[in-house]
Amino acid sequence: MSEGRLRKLIIGDAQADRVVPPSGFTAHLTLFASGAMAFLAVFALALSLASGRLADRWAEELARAATLRINAPLEQRDAQTRQALTILNQTPGVASARALSSEEQAALLAPWFGSSLPIDRLPVPQLIEVIEDEQGYDSTGLRLRLQAEVPGAVLDDHTRWRAPLVDAARALRRLGAVSILLIAGAMAAMVTLAANAALAANAQVIEVLRLVGALDSYIAHAFVRRFTLRALGGSAAGVALGMIGVWLMPEASNEGGFLTGLGFQGWGWLLPLLIPLLAAAVAFMATTRAANKRLGDLT
Amino acid sequence: MIELENVGYNYGGGELLTNVSVKLAPGSFHFLTGPSGAGKTTLLKLCYGALTPTSGRVRAFNMDVQGLDRDQMAHLRRRVGVVHQDCRFLDHLPVIENIALPLIVSGKDLGGEEANLRELLNWVGLSSRADALPPELSGGERQRAALARSVILSPDVIIADEPTGNVDWEMSQRLLQLLVELNRMGKTILVATHDMALIRAAKNQVQARVLRISSKQLHLAGADL
Repeated sequence: MSEGRLRKLIIGDAQADRVVPPSGFTAHLTLFASGAMAFLAVFALALSLASGRLADRWAEELARAATLRINAPLEQRDAQTRQALTILNQTPGVASARALSSEEQAALLAPWFGSSLPIDRLPVPQLIEVIEDEQGYDSTGLRLRLQAEVPGAVLDDHTRWRAPLVDAARALRRLGAVSILLIAGAMAAMVTLAANAALAANAQVIEVLRLVGALDSYIAHAFVRRFTLRALGGSAAGVALGMIGVWLMPEASNEGGFLTGLGFQGWGWLLPLLIPLLAAAVAFMATTRAANKRLGDLT
Repeated sequence: MIELENVGYNYGGGELLTNVSVKLAPGSFHFLTGPSGAGKTTLLKLCYGALTPTSGRVRAFNMDVQGLDRDQMAHLRRRVGVVHQDCRFLDHLPVIENIALPLIVSGKDLGGEEANLRELLNWVGLSSRADALPPELSGGERQRAALARSVILSPDVIIADEPTGNVDWEMSQRLLQLLVELNRMGKTILVATHDMALIRAAKNQVQARVLRISSKQLHLAGADL
């Protein structure tokens, strides 16, 4: 679309606007429906962004960390731990390795056994946190070496339980994206129906305009402009309400886990502002198609 | 201006018109007459491109009407003023805007045409009704408003379909007067009517030819009737 036509669409031509009679009821329905769609789109977008963040965070954090568990009788545990730390520090690809203190281990067990457990007197395996560097280490080689020199050591690199979590978060993000596409499609369908109804209701107006020499583009423009502006206005209101709704949701917290992180962060707050523009573009295309099709059917 | 060459038209239930040839020369005044249902309106529609002939050729302003696309057809409509049998208006706009509609849709600046518009309203005697809505007009007022709308773009050809169909004798005289004045200004006029009295009245004022449709064909009814 040329710049001139775009400007004409936005500013409009007061005379051209008057040739199509105002239609109160469908106008309100279009406004309401595009507002509702935009409101839903904001939440779908929030869900999609939040689960995307979650998937990235889990993938990132868990991929870089591994745990070495030392199952050894109490008297050999310290020696094996020292031996394992030495091996780990020699292994290329390991950025750092650190034995968890007994307080840290107690904190990890607290959700299951309560905080009053005398952990020192139990045969709890010693945990070593292993952080990879950029290159990563050769886990098969490390396992073989540990097997030979530290018989009680078991390396767990988290792959087993990380993958389904990340998959789930990514699936959630896909669902959000699909929802946005469906909302856009439903909105196009709704605008098409409303535009068709308006074109049918104004059949006589169209006939008179053709009679006095109006071009198809002129007639289509009168309808297209109206529906585009309605979709823009309705969805702007819907987005505003949706963003307030998201803003009022509780902050992300450790206690709430995943659900409380639902929202926008940083530049993410700018994304919903695109929704009214997209809604207007969808309405523009839908009405243009409907109008051209209907005008093409006329003799 | 407008030229029909061996034109035939078939509604699907048999031929309505066959082998019609006629030439509307610039500045001419033609009446088209014939019994109801003979195809007067159809012939007029063929002339301004609302219908496409099933055989033969229609030429307007040296262009083949069948070959025009929708936009070119719209431009043709601006050069041919049409007064319909049932004059249709935009019922939500006042008379003055309805008359100015051809100017509006062709993107002309209304400000510069304001004086012309007032003069035209005055000419058709609707100055006092300028702000009335079309449904409030009488039959004669509607016909005059339609005539004013058809000439606002100063077309070369004016085609009127039964312009005096719904009005009394005095009003039809007045409409005829307006058409005659347009013809004196050099416009080509084609009027379909079954009102022989109107045709006789016109004879006194203008060189009018009478075309009659009978048995699917167009005949020139005497040199000057």
